Amino acid sequence: MKTSTTMKRNKTLKTVLALSLMATVMTSCSSDDDTPEIINEEEIITTLTVTLTSANGTATLQSQDLDGDGPNAPVITADNLTANTTYTGSIELLNETESPAEDITEEVEEEADEHQFFFSLNGSLTDVTYSDEDGDGNPIGLEFELTTGDAGSGSITITLRHEPTKPNDGTLADAGGETDIAQTFTVVVE
Amino acid sequence: MKNYLYVFVIFCSSIIYAQDCNSILIGEIVDFHDNSTLNGATINVTGKNLSTVSKENGKFTFKNLCDGVLELEISHPECTTKFITVTINGDTFSEIRLEHHLEELTEVKVIGDVPKSTNSAQENILSVKDIERNSGNSLGDALKKIVGVSTLNTGGNIVKPVIQGLNGSRILILNNNVRMQDMEWGEEHAPNVDVNANQNISVIKGAAAIEYGGDAIGGVIVLEPLPVVRTDSLFGKTQLNLSSNGRGGNITSSLTKSYKSGLYIKAQGSYKKLGDLEAPDYILSNTGINESGLSLNVGKRDFEQGWEGYYSYFNSEIGILRASHIGNVDDLINAINSNIPSVINDFTYDITQPYQEVTHHLGKLSYYRRFEGFGKWTTQYDFQQNRRFEYDIRVGDDADKASLDLRLTTHSVLTNIKFDAKEGFDLKVGALGRYQTNFANPDTGVRRLIPDYDKYDFGLFAIGNYELNSDWTIDVGARYDFSRIDAKKFYKVSRWEERGYDVDFADIIIEDLGTQLLTNPVFDYHNFSGTAGFHYQINEKDHLRFNYAFSQRAPNPSELFSDGLHHSAARIELGDLRITSETSSKLSASLERNTNKWGYSVAPFLNSIKDFILVEPTGVEYTIRGAFPVWSYRQTDAVLLGIDAFLYSNWTSKIRTDHKFAWVRGTDTETDTPLINIPAANFTNSITYTNPKWNNFLISLESQYVFEQTRYPDNIEVFSPEQQENVILDINTPPDAYHLLSLNTEASFTLKNKNDLTVGLSASNLLNTNYRDYLNRQRYFVDDMGRNISLRLIFNY
Repeated sequence: MKTSTTMKRNKTLKTVLALSLMATVMTSCSSDDDTPEIINEEEIITTLTVTLTSANGTATLQSQDLDGDGPNAPVITADNLTANTTYTGSIELLNETESPAEDITEEVEEEADEHQFFFSLNGSLTDVTYSDEDGDGNPIGLEFELTTGDAGSGSITITLRHEPTKPNDGTLADAGGETDIAQTFTVVVE
Repeated sequence: MKNYLYVFVIFCSSIIYAQDCNSILIGEIVDFHDNSTLNGATINVTGKNLSTVSKENGKFTFKNLCDGVLELEISHPECTTKFITVTINGDTFSEIRLEHHLEELTEVKVIGDVPKSTNSAQENILSVKDIERNSGNSLGDALKKIVGVSTLNTGGNIVKPVIQGLNGSRILILNNNVRMQDMEWGEEHAPNVDVNANQNISVIKGAAAIEYGGDAIGGVIVLEPLPVVRTDSLFGKTQLNLSSNGRGGNITSSLTKSYKSGLYIKAQGSYKKLGDLEAPDYILSNTGINESGLSLNVGKRDFEQGWEGYYSYFNSEIGILRASHIGNVDDLINAINSNIPSVINDFTYDITQPYQEVTHHLGKLSYYRRFEGFGKWTTQYDFQQNRRFEYDIRVGDDADKASLDLRLTTHSVLTNIKFDAKEGFDLKVGALGRYQTNFANPDTGVRRLIPDYDKYDFGLFAIGNYELNSDWTIDVGARYDFSRIDAKKFYKVSRWEERGYDVDFADIIIEDLGTQLLTNPVFDYHNFSGTAGFHYQINEKDHLRFNYAFSQRAPNPSELFSDGLHHSAARIELGDLRITSETSSKLSASLERNTNKWGYSVAPFLNSIKDFILVEPTGVEYTIRGAFPVWSYRQTDAVLLGIDAFLYSNWTSKIRTDHKFAWVRGTDTETDTPLINIPAANFTNSITYTNPKWNNFLISLESQYVFEQTRYPDNIEVFSPEQQENVILDINTPPDAYHLLSLNTEASFTLKNKNDLTVGLSASNLLNTNYRDYLNRQRYFVDDMGRNISLRLIFNY
């Protein structure tokens, strides 16, 4: 009788020991005590600069969002444009979270078949045409021509889609893909 | 045969008293409803070589017993085996309820008068039949059968249970006595349990069951395996379900080997595969699911001591509706204004981005030992690991990378002592220790939505119930929980300042990395909870229960730390480091009647929550990619008032009707506005015809009417870059009321043993109605699921 109680007690002790051992081993295995690694999101576009050149001079539209998904809204600036003028436009994309700033424009050029800019106009901005094309002869939009109408106010929305359907009918809905940029500039045409 | 049996156990101590083992135990097993006696029940005295069978008059006798505590095991062919402890100490009369799971087809309908974790709280059990009928669904879908339980869905496959208006971290899920640690904080994080793994599922509404945790402000869902009978046997069960909607199905199988010595081993496995689900008018593209589960149970139970080892594995890969992947707020506005989803592809079984893949491992070891004249000591260690991947639509080199990769590891040690030597009075005291660590994998290349953290919990509780007399039982309990969360989190400097943390939390910065700050928030929470209530048995048929529960819940990591763009939801989610514990005071009562002809239950509740934590849309933030809706966590005071009502009537022995109604009203009392995501009132009626003579034939038609939720927070006004003006973002307006019909029929057949094969055919959303549900996060994009016809085959062997 005594032996059996002792045996039982031993058994219990063993169970408890086994349990605590297991707990210790598992704890030490899964411990991630060290400082976590910082994540700097790659391929971020912080700055979109549109340079519009005409015989009368140069105008710039810019959207700069240095904190990315952070709370600060992009800082948008737009120069005034001249009425009834055709501008030659070019787009530059930068990642200014890095120093020196990384030029994302080159990446878009290299992967031209996977990118396309879309332009949507309003008010005194009347026409836009693509001036560049990718290897398959489809538009990219890094280079384009923009025409202004009579004096007044107008707006241009520039959308960059990554991996859109190419060719497409020129609408965002048909193009699909992921939005890398969607910015609207309100401009004064004088 | 009805739901419950009463076992009247009469103790007649013999004339010769003291330590002489001459006591006699006389018991009687009686049907709860018609008072008919039950013969053929086997009664074993565990740990002793005593066994008997109840006679024609339901009586059984054991002679020559010693005074002290005995454990009886009562098994009946039509009941779940039940273990009860009785104290033999002088002339005693005691009345013990047994749950009665039927093999025959008569519905097991329960009004909450079932194996109780508490005596005074509102508790309901799901019948094995209901579990079988939902074998191909999720746990949340199965629990919806219980009045007052609804669900918060992300599509058809991600289903979170909502109890009396509350969900997420306010609901504690207990899987075989292990508290699930499966990132329940997210709205698109469904419980990682296989509904087929445990056949004993019950719901305790509210925080009254403080033994399991003090923070279950919403309630506790208890999942347990059916107890194993102490005989030499080998039995199994296999169920196959095929569904038309999703064009797939699932299979689940279990095998149990038990020995007279009390040793048992049980293995269970499930596999499920569904392709794209379908709404009445279109395919819900990318809504398939692959799910597998496995569980293994080994143990030995004896009267003096017993142990159990349990392991369960659960893996699910769930597609997220393709059309719900949106780019920015204009896409959301367009989706809300459009009646059809933006992407409809052909049916496929393939799951592509966006999707989530979750794996949960759970291991448990438990041991109990009974000390004569004292009580029972139980101790348990459990280990859990939850790994969650969320894959978004990404481009370029990152296309196949997860956007979220979290690994949550938890170790818990529990111990408790139940003092039950005194008849009519049980006291249980216990302690809990828990360590949890979360690792957010940086390989995603996406800033962490939930940071790395370590969490330490320590709890102490005492609960007691006292049987004042045969009519009154009193419950009381108190609990203390300490919780510390120690996180390492990166903040963008701009966010840090926008939140005002530079003023309030400047001391937790451990490294300044230019555009980001590494911080070390450490928060301690001291939470108290308590409960008190009574159960008054007015007469044999009528019961009255009343319970007050006070509980506190510490904020979860999502409420504290969420920060950033949740890609799959296209929303910026913002937690707040200042969030404190929320405190709930809940009053609940229920009046129940249970007779052969009819019965009802009326259960009102009032839950007043101070510092209630909620997340709601608050505006938009602009980025170069467009504007994104912002969902922010905040605290307020809230009141939830509601009622769950249930009525049944057996019109004849073959025709029965059931009627359920649940209503809850949630109000933010600080602003006097409605709370977000409160389920709409719903009213369910069903009529069932059964005929045991026709192979236990059953057919039932159910009508479910869900009212329109008329109380919701105001919509928000946002600036639409596309439209260049402020527009109302119709993000809170609930959809219209809807009405669904469903049909269920089944019959059982005899192959080898009596009624060993059950065949069932069900149709949900019978009329293929187009509808959207307020508590489905995909309601902005698509209609809910259309008709689903499913066939089930259940084979017992």
